[in-house]
Amino acid sequence: MAIDLTSLLAHEMAALLRSGSTSSRALTEAHLAVAERQNHALNAWLLIDREGALRQADAADARIAAARRDGLDGVAGLAALHPLHGIPVGLKDLISVEGGQCTAGSRILAGYRAPYDAHIVERLRAVGAVFLGKTNMDEFAMGSSNEYSAYGPVSNPWDLDTVPGGSSGGSAAAVAAHHVPLSLGTDTGGSIRQPAALCGIVGMKPTYGRVSRYGIVAFASSLDQIGPFARDARDAAALLHAVAGRDARDSTSAPVSVPDELLHLAASDDEAASWLRGKRFGLPREYFVAGMDPDVERRIREGVAFLEDAGARVEDVSLPHTDYGLATYYIVAPAEASANLARYDGVRYGLSRRLEGGDFIADYLATRGEGFGAEVKRRIMLGTYALSAGYYDAFYLKAQKVRTLIKRDFDEVFASGIDALVAPTSPSVAFRFGARTADPVAMYLSDACTLPVNMAGLPGISIPCGLSEGLPVGLQLIGPAWSELMLFRAARAFEGLTAAASWSGMPPTHLAASNDGAGPTPADRAAALATLAAAALVAPR
Amino acid sequence: MPSVAFAAALDRYEPVIGIEVHCQLRTASKMFCGCSTAYDGAAPNSHTCPVCLGLPGALPVINRRAVELVLATGVAIEARTPDATRWDRKNYFYPDLPKGYQISQYDLPLAALGTMTVDTSDGPFTIRITRAHLEEDTAKLVHAPGPGGKRLSLVDFNRSGAPLMEVVTEPDIRTAEQARRYAEELQLLLRSIGASDADMDRGQMRVEANVSLRLRGTEAFGTRVEVKNMNSFKSVERAINFEIERQAALLDGGREVVQETRGWSDERGETYRMRVKESSDDYRYFPEPDLPPLRVDPAWLASIREGLPELPAARRARYRDALGLAAYDASVLVADPDASRLFEATLAADADLDATVVAHWVTGEYLKLRNAAAAGAGAAPTADPGQLAALVRLVAAGAISRGNAKEVFEEHLASGAPAEAIVAARGFRQISDAGTLGAIVDAVIAANPAAAADVRAGKVAAIGFLVGAVMKETRGQANAAAAQAALRERLGGAA
Repeated sequence: MAIDLTSLLAHEMAALLRSGSTSSRALTEAHLAVAERQNHALNAWLLIDREGALRQADAADARIAAARRDGLDGVAGLAALHPLHGIPVGLKDLISVEGGQCTAGSRILAGYRAPYDAHIVERLRAVGAVFLGKTNMDEFAMGSSNEYSAYGPVSNPWDLDTVPGGSSGGSAAAVAAHHVPLSLGTDTGGSIRQPAALCGIVGMKPTYGRVSRYGIVAFASSLDQIGPFARDARDAAALLHAVAGRDARDSTSAPVSVPDELLHLAASDDEAASWLRGKRFGLPREYFVAGMDPDVERRIREGVAFLEDAGARVEDVSLPHTDYGLATYYIVAPAEASANLARYDGVRYGLSRRLEGGDFIADYLATRGEGFGAEVKRRIMLGTYALSAGYYDAFYLKAQKVRTLIKRDFDEVFASGIDALVAPTSPSVAFRFGARTADPVAMYLSDACTLPVNMAGLPGISIPCGLSEGLPVGLQLIGPAWSELMLFRAARAFEGLTAAASWSGMPPTHLAASNDGAGPTPADRAAALATLAAAALVAPR
Repeated sequence: MPSVAFAAALDRYEPVIGIEVHCQLRTASKMFCGCSTAYDGAAPNSHTCPVCLGLPGALPVINRRAVELVLATGVAIEARTPDATRWDRKNYFYPDLPKGYQISQYDLPLAALGTMTVDTSDGPFTIRITRAHLEEDTAKLVHAPGPGGKRLSLVDFNRSGAPLMEVVTEPDIRTAEQARRYAEELQLLLRSIGASDADMDRGQMRVEANVSLRLRGTEAFGTRVEVKNMNSFKSVERAINFEIERQAALLDGGREVVQETRGWSDERGETYRMRVKESSDDYRYFPEPDLPPLRVDPAWLASIREGLPELPAARRARYRDALGLAAYDASVLVADPDASRLFEATLAADADLDATVVAHWVTGEYLKLRNAAAAGAGAAPTADPGQLAALVRLVAAGAISRGNAKEVFEEHLASGAPAEAIVAARGFRQISDAGTLGAIVDAVIAANPAAAADVRAGKVAAIGFLVGAVMKETRGQANAAAAQAALRERLGGAA
């Protein structure tokens, strides 16, 4: 009789709330129970805020009751509620929530409590969303596997020995494992789209300037964007609708209106798919390169065939400066990060080390030496070097010029009449713990297909596109600036086309194993794999 | 004051001086957040928010008024304004810098290549101004004894993020006097356009001097020393002169000047080492990604230009050329906006008044009384320009004496009563009428035959006694000049 509330999509939950079939408290209790039970095995959450979530849920229920009382037969009042009202949401732990922790996955922010709400938190409060907790992430959003979290790695619910992707690995794993129907992440070079792909869910990085960054711990200011994770396009679009829009406190947030159609994507699969007729998609040949898993490429080609069968035109296009994306990204992003992370000095908040008899520089060195992990230090060094006198022109300035060229590639393709680009999100499916941590460049290559989109400031979305050896593959759609609605329509169309596929709506294969509260944690699994790998290295052939 | 050694040093060496001034702009809120700038005397860290505390996730928003004030300064020094400008991050670590970088302007300042001309004892001197740019102030470090005798450094973030304008000159300055005059003139300019209160002792205007010496006749710059902590115009002049003498002595002794930052101690009358610059700082400037570039709309700039008041140099020129004031009087008036206002309003009340006479009333009596009241912490007196004009007219007409007029003015400042009413109440109106005065003079001569005889005998000095007697008889109301004329007419004695 009882349906599993955590198996529902957010818009399905919203319908039940409106019909009075369930309450926000019931939804929240159900999700809390799963999150609390599975967090041992997944480590997706750095904080599960049972008390706060239930308080918000009760407030949401009270408003629903009031709306039902006050409205004409409850209809008008209920209709005024946002689809996210009463729905549990996960927040990446670099989003400031007043009075709460905000570690950004780093030891250096241990103990820090944000004294203010991020803009997007204000927006979510305004629509009545329920904050289930704060999700795990790579330290300061630097990483593609969530293995660089100071609070331990996260397991992918499709295979607990593999990574969920990163940096928003906790947000992606939590949605994939049904701990929440929705979560927010940030994407600086692929940190929403890549984990969405690896966890088999929908994740969007909006146009730079679409969502206010106020209250979000900065990694690289000119690249960071906040975006939604969900298990389908409609839910993701509703979450973007709630948080997007101009905020005077972020000078880079754009005064561009947020279309309400984001709340009204086609409900029927056929209607959604019909939108594709006559649309033109570009297949950038530079995104199908050596190093890409051939089976992933097969899935992407199959996805492209779906689009063509539905009446879309797909043509080969070229983005000639794609190859420079990685190199220029790893100058621009670390350069900005080296300045953005300078504030973590132990003087005002977070970890603070004071050395007996030392001067303030000694205290800084001790605090930052202990507080930052190896990857963060590596990027601070990269960025500091790139900005140093004598190197600035050769590195930072040149990278900015190349960035302009990368952007122009996209502009020209879209100017030629292409509606959106189709590409893989990640060159591979989820990889095992430790597979890339020994080689920073191998890790950086995880984002080769996503980071040019950040460099150009464009919106991109990753949607499920089948499985490869049992693990999810993500298809990436990239559109011109401010085309989020179009991308969601395309994503919704793709969902409609693939609704009958065996993998569509399939729950992660290791969900049951995630219930083992006494089994190995992701850190245990990572350590075991590292031991195995070391043994393999010394084993005679 | 300059010693023989100093004069000798100047024979051999030419000082090369550049000035950097930081001044807090007069805005209601800080540079990048909404916190109030009225934190003077407030409890530490009471004027702060996530932005000026550098909390994770906080972002800056430009204060448009601060930009306008720098643009206005640029217009006033005839500088170039870029079509577009941007902000840059200046990266360095210090506990008073919450973000680990200061948002400043690197290669696109809001004003570039201006000039300022100052009057010095050697005549007018023009200084090129390299740039004026906008940046944010740092927090304030307070060193205090802590528990267990430990030295504590406390940080007060009230000042953090206050808007600062940095104005940098070319190394055009050659004397300490020129440097002082430049600082004074800049202060006057900033105050008159409302850009800054520029109070040096409140830290609203901080002057730093880069001083080096080179042998006269040579081109290459010597090693320069940066001098800080000069809290008055006088200390600017003293510190630079001290530094010239100190560096000359080093060079004369065959030693080298060390590139360093030195502080000025007013009590000891000397500069002292603060820190040695071993290598040039690398601030790793790069464009601030949190703030889009700012386009300076020509219409905006034009409206700023139109909104500027008459600038000090133009006002001085007008006072001299159109009103005929002496250069000194013009300078004193223009240097004091309050005095300048009274002067102009008095002339406006009566265009027939002699501008020089009004100027002297204002720069003499008015400033004396106002400053005395200010020193005594009394209420600032206000002079009604119409009443000052009336008073000047009464004196010019011989209706009251200048001495009495000063008393009237003093009372007017104290009570606000009209000049005529005070004159009437105190019986200050002079007896100038020949008939009335003649009768009194005749009576005085009759009553003082000996003195009268002395005057007749050519002892001209004795006339003073008789004038005094007339004044006494009239309780000071006689027009002294008229009384003297009447006495001479009767007793002879050459003028």
